[in-house]
Order: sequence, then C-alpha cells, then structure tokens
Amino acid sequence: MILLLAYCAVLLSFVSGLLALLMNQRHALLALCQTCFKKFPGSRNQCRAFVFGNLDEQRFPVFLRQAVFVILGLSGLFAVLAGLSVLVSKDVITDQIGLGLPWLPWHVRFDGLSGFFFLIIGIAVGAVSLYGPGYVSGYQESRHPFAVLGLFTGLFVAGMLLVLLADDAFMFMIAWELMSVASYFLVAFQHENAANRRAAFLYLLMAEVGALAIILGFGVLASFADGFTFDALRESHLSATWASIAFGLALLGFGMKAGIVPVHVWLPEAHPVAPSHISALMSGVMLKVALYGLIRFSFDLLADIQWQWGVVLLILGTVSALGGILYAMVQANLKRLLAYSSVENIGIIFMVLGLAMIFMDNGHPQLAALGFLAALFHAFNHALFKNLLFLGAGILHHQTHELNIDMMGGLIKKMPQTSLLFLIGCMSISSLPLFNGFVSEWLAFQTALQADVLDNGVLRSLIPVAAAALALTAALAAACFVKVFGLIFLGQSRSQHSEKAREVADKTMLAGPMLLAALCFLIGIFPGLVINLINSVSEQLLGQTMPNDSALGWLWLAPVSAQQASYSPALVLIGALIAGCVSFWYLRRDPVLKTMRRAAPWDCGFGGLTPRMQYSSNAFSMPIRRIFAKVWLIDERIDKDMQGAMDQDVAAVHYHIDIQDHSWPLLYQPIGHGINTLAKQVGRIQTGNIRTYLGYSFVTLVLMLWVIS
Amino acid sequence: MNGLIAAIQTLLFVALAPLLAGWLKVCKCRLQNRKAPPLLQPYRDLIKLTHKQPVVAGQASWIFTKAPYIIFSATMLAASVVPLFAVDLPTSASADVIVMVGFFAFARFFLALAGLDIGTAFGGMGSSREMTISSLAEPAMLMAVFTLAMTASTTNLSIAITHVLNEGLVLRPSFLFALFALILVAVAETGRIPIDNPATHLELTMIHEAMILEYSGRHLALIEWASQLKLMIYGVLIANIFLPWGIAENFSVEALGYGLLAILAKLAVLAVLLALSETLVAKMRLFRVQEYLSFAYLLGLLGMLSHIILEASR
Amino acid sequence: MNIELQDIYTQAILSMAALVGLTSFLMLGQSRLLRLIFVFAFQGLLLTMTTMVAAYSTDNQHLYISAVLTLALKVVFIPWMLRREVLKMNLHRDIQALSNQTTLMLGGASLMVFSYYVLHPIVQTTSPVMLNALAVSLSVVLLGMLLMISHRQAIAHVVGFMSIENGLFFAAIVATNGMPMVVELGVAFDVLVAAVLFGIFFFHIRTSIDSLDVDLLNRLHEVDEQGARHDKNRSAVINPHTADYEVNR
Repeated sequence: MILLLAYCAVLLSFVSGLLALLMNQRHALLALCQTCFKKFPGSRNQCRAFVFGNLDEQRFPVFLRQAVFVILGLSGLFAVLAGLSVLVSKDVITDQIGLGLPWLPWHVRFDGLSGFFFLIIGIAVGAVSLYGPGYVSGYQESRHPFAVLGLFTGLFVAGMLLVLLADDAFMFMIAWELMSVASYFLVAFQHENAANRRAAFLYLLMAEVGALAIILGFGVLASFADGFTFDALRESHLSATWASIAFGLALLGFGMKAGIVPVHVWLPEAHPVAPSHISALMSGVMLKVALYGLIRFSFDLLADIQWQWGVVLLILGTVSALGGILYAMVQANLKRLLAYSSVENIGIIFMVLGLAMIFMDNGHPQLAALGFLAALFHAFNHALFKNLLFLGAGILHHQTHELNIDMMGGLIKKMPQTSLLFLIGCMSISSLPLFNGFVSEWLAFQTALQADVLDNGVLRSLIPVAAAALALTAALAAACFVKVFGLIFLGQSRSQHSEKAREVADKTMLAGPMLLAALCFLIGIFPGLVINLINSVSEQLLGQTMPNDSALGWLWLAPVSAQQASYSPALVLIGALIAGCVSFWYLRRDPVLKTMRRAAPWDCGFGGLTPRMQYSSNAFSMPIRRIFAKVWLIDERIDKDMQGAMDQDVAAVHYHIDIQDHSWPLLYQPIGHGINTLAKQVGRIQTGNIRTYLGYSFVTLVLMLWVIS
Repeated sequence: MNGLIAAIQTLLFVALAPLLAGWLKVCKCRLQNRKAPPLLQPYRDLIKLTHKQPVVAGQASWIFTKAPYIIFSATMLAASVVPLFAVDLPTSASADVIVMVGFFAFARFFLALAGLDIGTAFGGMGSSREMTISSLAEPAMLMAVFTLAMTASTTNLSIAITHVLNEGLVLRPSFLFALFALILVAVAETGRIPIDNPATHLELTMIHEAMILEYSGRHLALIEWASQLKLMIYGVLIANIFLPWGIAENFSVEALGYGLLAILAKLAVLAVLLALSETLVAKMRLFRVQEYLSFAYLLGLLGMLSHIILEASR
Repeated sequence: MNIELQDIYTQAILSMAALVGLTSFLMLGQSRLLRLIFVFAFQGLLLTMTTMVAAYSTDNQHLYISAVLTLALKVVFIPWMLRREVLKMNLHRDIQALSNQTTLMLGGASLMVFSYYVLHPIVQTTSPVMLNALAVSLSVVLLGMLLMISHRQAIAHVVGFMSIENGLFFAAIVATNGMPMVVELGVAFDVLVAAVLFGIFFFHIRTSIDSLDVDLLNRLHEVDEQGARHDKNRSAVINPHTADYEVNR
C-alpha cells in the first residue's frame, strides 16, 4: 500500500512530463477528441464543451500548463504521503520490478531513510508546482518551449524519486543518470546565451565524473560481494583499506553532486541560469539526494564506519561551510549568492554527519544518533528555506527582470507579501531563534559540545574548533542575508525596473512560498514533529534514537538530558509575544503620541538623498572582503576619466571588481592543462599517414597472435 | 515560585540597566575630571524620549517602525535566561546559552535591517560594520561559552553557575582565558571603546550610532534601553559565571537579598573597571578591530585547549 | 585527571603553564619589537612565580635561588639589554609586517595540540599533571622556533631562542621539581654568555650590513644577489589593499 503511494508519485511525475509534450500537439488532440466523440456520441454535452473549451487556441497553453503542474503537485503529494506513512509505520518494504534487462530485475526498497527524503522531495515539488504555472507563463513559447521544460521537469523529479527507491546498484545508477541528464537539459533551457551553455556543460561534465566515481565505488563494494543488489553489498566484508577506498570514491561522487568545496564550482554556474523553480528543486532537493546517496553508501552499505572518515567529512564540511558563505557574501547576483549559500549549508550538514561518524566509531552510538539527527534535520530545513528563497528570487526576477541585487531596492512597499515571505526565508537561513534553521544549528552545537566524552585528545580539540567555525559561518550567514534583504527590499529603488515593480498578480505564485514559509515557522516552533520522524530513520539505520528527554514534555528539546541542555521554542515564542506586546502597548498608550510624524531623512544638508548614495552590495561586504582578503582572488580597480586642461580634472570614476574562486587556478586549470597535454601526446599517434595506421594494425595483429600462442 | 523569581529577575534587569549606564557615566566623568551627570540621568532621558512624538523618515517601511520593539523584546528575552541574583531559573531551561546568543543575533539582524531601511549612507555604513564586527565576535563568544559548557557539561546557565559554585575555588586556566575572551567580546558587542564610541557622531568611526541615526522618540528610547540592557547582560554574565559567589541558591528572603547586593556590588566594580579602561585606551581604527577580535578568539581557543590539555586530559 | 581534584599548588602551576603558553602566543603575534621584549620579560616573570610556587609547595630551598636567578636574568637583564639595543638601533618604530598572522596563530594552536598528541604516550608512566605541563613546555619550545622562523629581526630571533630556553626551564621545574643546583647555575651562566655573545653578534651584523634584518644576510650570499635585491624591493612596495583607508580620508 505504502509502496503503491511511492509508485504513484513516480508515475505521476512521469505523466506530468509526458503531458507537457502535448503542448505542440493541439491539432492532433483536437482530431483525437473529435473521433472519440463521434464514436461515443452518448457522452454528455458539458463534458464535450469542457474538452473543446480547453482545446481552444487561447486557453489551451494555460490549461495544459496548469494540468502539468497539477499532476506534478499530485506527485509531490503522493511522495509526502508515502514518506510520512513509511516513517510512521517504521516498515521496510521491498519489491522487484521486471523492468530493465530480463535477468536483472530492478530491486526496490522503501525504508525510513528513503521515506524521509521522499518527504523532502514531496514538499519541495508541491511548493514548486503551486508556484510553477505563474512563473512559466512569463516564457515566450517560441523561444522557450514549455514542452521541453515540462518534460524534463517530470523526468528530473521521477529520477530523484527512483534514486531513493533503488535497492541495487544498477537501478541506482540508471535513476541517478536520469536525474543528472534531465537536470542538464533544464540548466541548458535558456540556451541562447553562450554562458548558459557553458554552465550547463560544466554541470554535465562534473555530474558524469561524479557518476563515474560512484560507479567505481559500487564496483569496489561489489568485488567483495556476490551481486549488485544492496542486500549483497551489505554482506560484503571489506578490509579497512578497501572500505576507505570505496568511501573515498563515494565521497568524491556524491560530494560533486552535493557541491562540497573544492568540487562545488558547477553550482554557482548552473543555478543562476536555470529557471527559478528548477534551481529551487536543484538546490533544495537534488543536493539532498546526493546526501542521501552518501548516507546510504556509508551508513547502510559500508556500515563499519571509521572515525577517520568522520574527520575528513568534518574538515571538508568546515571548509565548505566557511568558503561557501564567504563567497556568497561577495556575490551581487542573487541566485549565484543563493547557490554559494547552498554550498555553505551542505558543508554544515557534512560537518555534523562527520561528527556522527566520529561518535559512531568511538562507541557512542547515542551521540552518533544525535549528530545524524542534526544532519538530517538541517537537510530538511535547508530544503525548506532554500526552496523558499529561490522561489522568491524567481518572483523578483519575474517582476523586476533583474537578478542583480545592486539594481533592486525599496521593494518592501511594492511587494509587501513577497517581502514578508522572503524575510522569513532570510531569518531561517540566518538561523535566528524561533525559526527552523536555528533548531538544527542548535542541535549541531550540542553534538559538537559532547566531544568531551571522546578519548582521543586531538579529536577533542578539533571538534570545538569546528564548532567555532560553525559559529562564524552562522554569523556570516546572518550578515550575508541582512545584505540580501536590506539591499533588495529596503532603501530606495536603484533602477527603473525596481521602481516600476508590482506585487505578483497571480496569487498562486505566492502560495508555494507561503506554504514553505509557514512550514519554516511551524517547524521552528514545534521541531518535535520532524525529530520524531528522523528518530525512526536513525532507529532503522543506526539502531539508536536521539536520547530526547521526554520528562519535560513534547514541547521541549533536550537532546542529551534535561540537565545538559534544553530548548523550548514554544515557550520562547510565548515569552517573545508577551515582551513584544507589553512594550508595544505600553509605549503607544497615549493616543496623541501614537501617531508618527513623517519627515525627510537627514541628508547632511546637501539636499536630497539619491539612491546612489546608498550602500551597494560591494560596499556592504567591503569590511569582510578586507578582513578575509586571502579567501578570494580579487581584482579591484578604479578607473578615472580625465578631462579639462592637462587632463587634470576627474570627470567620472569607475569602480570595477571581479572576484574569482581560488579553486579554478588551483584545481581545475591544472587538470584542464593536464588533459590537454595528454590529448596532444595521444594525438601524436594520429600521424595521418596511411602507412602508419597499417603499421599499427600489423603490430596489433602480431601481438595478438603472440598472445594467443 | 521559580517562575515568579524568574519574572522578577527579568524585570529587575530591565529596571536596573539604565542605572548601570548612569553609574558608568558617573565613573567615567570622575576619572576624566569632568562634572558627572546625576546617577539617574539615563532614566530621565528615557522618560523624556517616550513622551515625544517620534519623527520617522518618509520612506521608512514597517521594518523601521517595528524593529525597536523586536530589538527590545529579543534583548529582554536574552536577559530572562541569565541568572541575576538567584540560580535555578525555569527560563534558563527553556532557552540555554546558545539560544541567548541567538537572541542577540535576532536583535542585531533587525537593527541592521532598520539601518538599511531609510536608504542613507550612514545606515548602510553602520549595518555593514556592525554585521562584520559581530560576525567576528560571535565565534569568540561561543568559544568562551563552550569552555564553560564543557567544564560544567551543560549549556544551561543556571546549572552551569551552580556547578561552578559547588566546585568552590578552583584555579582553572581555561576560565582565565575564557574570562578575558568574554570581556573582550563584551566590549566589542556592546559598542564601547576601543571598538566603538557611544558618545561620538563622527561618521568615520561610529557604528552603533550610525544605524540608529534616524530614530527618535519612543523608538530611540527602546533601542537605547536595549543597548543598556545588553551591557548589563554581559556584565552579569562575566560576574556570575566567573565569580558566582553570593548568588542565591535558595529562595529565602535573606539569600535573595544577599544575592541582589552581591550582584550590584560586582556590577559596580565591573563598571569602574570598564570606565577605567575606556579612559586609558584610545579608540581603534576599524580595521584594527579584526586583530582585537581574533585575539579574543585566540584566547577562547586557548581556553578550550587548556581545558582539554590541562584540565580534563585522560 | 580532573583539575578540581588537585591541590591548590598544582592548580596554580597549571594556570601558570597556561599563561606561559599564552605569552608564547603573544610573542608569536607581536610585530613591534619593544612589545615583544616586554612580553618576553613577562614570561620570565611567570617563570619566576612558578618557581616560587614550586619551591614553596615542595619546600625546596634551592629553587628560591633559581627563582632569583631567573628574575635577575630573564626579567631584568636580558630584556634591558635587548631594549637598549632596539632603542639604540632605532628599531622601535619599525613595524615588522608579519606576512600571515592568522595562519601563524592557527599553526601555533595546532602545534600545541600536536605537542599534546606527541607526549600522550608518556601518560602511562608519569602523572597527568606532568604530562600537561610537559605538553605546554614542549609547545613553548616549538612556538619559540616558529617565532624565529616567522620574524625577520635578529632581536626577535634572540627572543625566540630565549623563549625556547624558557620552555625547557619550565619543564625542568615542573617535571623534576628543579634540576640540581650545579646544572641550574650552569644554564643560567650559559644564558648570560649567550646574551653577551648575541650582543657582540648584533654589533658585527650591524657594522657589516647596517641593519638587523636577517633577510638581508642573504646579501652575503654571492650567487643569489639578484634574488635578495628582488626580495627587498618586494617588501618595500606597499600593497594598495593593505594601505590604510581611514587615514587617506
């Protein structure tokens, strides 16, 4: 039954993709319907009118778009239902499908871990499908055909869901490739721009290299097991070295997809160029599927965790978290900024996962469960708020035709609802109390603080340092999102477009973000809801649950014991409301004073503030840029236009800044050069002379004969 | 009973914060050979401001007008989890020390947004600087706090302070470092010399004042009050974590009275020390602040390391 | 081991150990020579106090003598001599740009963890207090070396060298409650001689290359003359990013 729900989700996403293909087939549909109605003349007139009404030239595209997204939304709904029911029932369901090669049926397994990620995908897909119809109506059909977008969106979602269901390496890789390739086409959707094609190619390249690494990882496992099903792989007994090799390969492969530094470079290129709801899915969900892969591979298939892996994850996670947020800080393109912030959040998740591994191997499974819970919880939260922010970015792009935050400003009065939703997203991602991001970060800190139980002195001193890095990350994230919200929504408009921006007319476009924002707040107040779900995952996978001290009641969070740490967001909310309301009403009790006088702001006596006087994105991040100057490759120049006699008067000053990632010159360019040189060496074989080729054949033949004899 | 004590402590925090600010001003004036304003001057200022009609910039949005209330409530919540004169608070359990840091972050988030709201260069300057400094100060603060949390193996402030009390006088090198780190962070976070000068309005140097330049009336009163409250919270944290003696462990009237007297005395001494350092030290350039804060971070880190290496090795 | 179970003297000695470690860090991050010398003197003072505490707690009379010796040599004489040298050379206004302070500090912190890690196997044979104190003194030694590597001024090198000696001295006091008197006197005498020798060295370096910047000793290398000149030029160019903004305004 539960599996049926999951299958429904997959099938519906396929159907929505296929349905989108009908976009160009209106005439064929019309003909089909007419023959149908001729054959069955008994059908009612209303039905007929409905069908033909929707097949009308004008209405058809709108109707089809809505239909596609409704079906996609249903798929999301089914995914949520399937995920929830498997998490609540704590079942493990296995099945076989006779697809694929005849002697290799697809093995399907649906357990708590898959269910939890089903839930994440379901919520995200649901929100996206509420939002989608309004957003895609902005595309011109001739340049950006909906059929392509809809088809690949459906395939992409189906691919992600199938990855979660897979129980053998073959099916896993097929679904993985389906997901990667479909998302490649989505990134390349606006392909008229050369930069977009380049970004998409980079993405495809890295996705395929990553997939190769994963295949090799499975290969290492499989060489110690009989067969490629996950059951067989679980039984394989690897020596510690081989297990580490397999883990390293899997980490490379899944890390490439997840966007861990230094293999993150595709993320900031690909996310800005994809349509917003797709970048929401990619950033919010696809990265989580990579995380799922890593968890499945290490915690489930390898099972014998070694603490050194945890240290690797901890270090990589710390570097990614800090690097991601520092790079996000200096971006002016909103979606690029959000992409870098995804790197940061994935880094945080990896860090906590690393902690879980360290505790696991050192004989503290309960604390491992705590870390595992914090990691999954943060993954869930990140899916919510990053989706919300990307959808918000989409709305902004839709309304202002801008993604550069230096070109926006003052939108809070023009787009009040969007601004409120975006504010909630910003507050969640900055991990402020009362919102969901804070809870997972709090759990991460609590995990790190348990380092005292470890015996290894180096680990005990490493983990608090990582915790402090986490604190730095959180504080920088707050700075970054103050910049984002402040420059986009506050102040004065910095361009014509944002001057003329209006709130979205299509309120369904706001419904998706609204759902996500509500969830962000709800889960920030009642984290127990999600924690109970994750507990059933960790019970299945680690055999342990988070030792939540239930003596305090369900409103409380006490991850180790009530003596050590506790947090009750609901009580905090009540306290905040009391404090806020009392101060609000007390100070406004006098009706005369209640009113505020409006006046012009202080302009230093120079007469009138102009938008250009405001702090820009680069100005805001300047102190941080200067303090952490070594983190980026900064090319900063100031050009002056001179005029007048002797060219002594400055007419205009131009400020240029170009910020580049260190990983390009350090990692990718050497690899690129290496491959080029290698190719040239190989090219020497190809002399172009026919006699040389004959010679090759001759030598080969002789060699083969020698080998055979 | 516990709940009542917690409520009283929070209200006392709110009520006494301006007094601390007044005392600090008196000390500073005396040290600098100036005539001091009356001790109760901050109260008069606050009352005066609440009776004035606020003037708000024309383009201000709701963020600007609601931010003072948010900032004040968040700071008040932070105050409610810090034991002032008695331990065993129920509020310390519902929000631990990490949440307290979170409340400060919450207040700061809105303060910075309010600075950006009007669209003046001053506001942006203040917000940018404030966020920069706080993002460097927060890890140092958490490092110091983690030292305490690992020693007492709890993040609950009431329980941690009880732990320190029960242990009696122990010379802990880690606490020494954590104390200095926390003092440095406190000075940075409450905008005192050498990081920021609360008495200046010079655009090159001001940070906190730049953000709140457009505020007036009750809004300004709330923000001023919140920053006084923040100063007091840091003072109480330093006094009660590292020198908790005197704090009431039961709720008898004498114990509470002694607790109150003890904390008042400790705060008064701390204020004298702060005034002294403000008199002796000159304000730093903005880009020296990173050295200052990385020193605080180093101290926090050394505290953590000496906890691990010197105190709890196995 | 838990510190609250130790007696007050042990606690005091451990706190001193932590402070000695801190002074080593402070020296590492110091770019002004006079302050460097001051911190070095402070480290000497801490050593004196540790010796006193150790002398009092173990009731070991001759430790008082070595405390007095330390005070005289490392708190008064050597700092005074170095200070005089700096003032005479007019080096006190010279801000020596440390190229990468943050990395240096983090490197120092990891050296501390490293020395703890290296000494950990000894824990089985000795008391934990000694292990901890030894870890600190080893890290003081290593930090002293790092100080010599990272600083360019010859005076800083002397301070680094002396702080290495401080680390060893600290280990000797804590681990063995003081060395035999003869050894101690010998070491003190060595330090004194070293200080005098360094003074003579300074004099010679200065008369031959007019500076105490050890990087300029590269000039004595005949083959790499070009490189040395290049090095000097590079350090003279002021990076526009690090130039001060506020002053310009």
